[in-house]
Amino acid sequence: MIRIQTDDFDVGAEIARLSSGRHGIGGVVAFVGLVRDMVGERPIEAMTLEHYPGMSEKMLARIEAEARARWPLEDSLIIHRVGRLEPGERIVLVITASAHRQAAFEACQFLIDWLKTRAPFWKLEETDAGAHWVAARADDDAAAARWTVPPGRDPEAAE
Amino acid sequence: MKLLYFAWLKTMTGVAEEEVSPPPEVTTVATLLDWLKARGPGFAEALADPAAVRIAINQEYARPGDPVRPDDEVALFPPVTGG
Repeated sequence: MIRIQTDDFDVGAEIARLSSGRHGIGGVVAFVGLVRDMVGERPIEAMTLEHYPGMSEKMLARIEAEARARWPLEDSLIIHRVGRLEPGERIVLVITASAHRQAAFEACQFLIDWLKTRAPFWKLEETDAGAHWVAARADDDAAAARWTVPPGRDPEAAE
Repeated sequence: MKLLYFAWLKTMTGVAEEEVSPPPEVTTVATLLDWLKARGPGFAEALADPAAVRIAINQEYARPGDPVRPDDEVALFPPVTGG
């Protein structure tokens, strides 16, 4: 499932909702992205997340479908916030649940790596020197590129 | 044709969304960008480096040679930085 919202989310409540009564789930992995308080040497006052409504939902759903095709997941969830966020606030949540931990770990990493390079969201940082749009990072591209070939995996060998 | 601009492309062009009727020679993403560049200094500056601009046609990523049609929704935006 995917959600794009201005409101905060409760990580524990989301994990409980996803795994409740699902006893085939043996492991749940959650990634939470937060707003940092510094960019290089400069403190950040806030960050505004903008997105392309319609395409952002479509891309998140497609990225999630790709993860579900590559790994044996029992369930998954992506929540991405938009709007103005201050340091310490949560930006994004990715949860993956599987019978065994390896699939959950790998799929979670894949989801955040692909989200960062494919889903149409942009960050506007506010500092004491004014507001500027964050530039894309080469190491994010490299992280996403790791997943272009499906990893060799043997579901029977997990755990 | 509906055009959408996001992030610094919106800031630099001063436009978030507009309806345009490009001339018949605008048939691809590349020719659309050339036509847009000639519309004014903000557009010329925003589109000066085509490698810095991502294009989506009807909410799907597109390349310079891909066709654009009058009823398309075309979005222009920088490389994404979410997550």
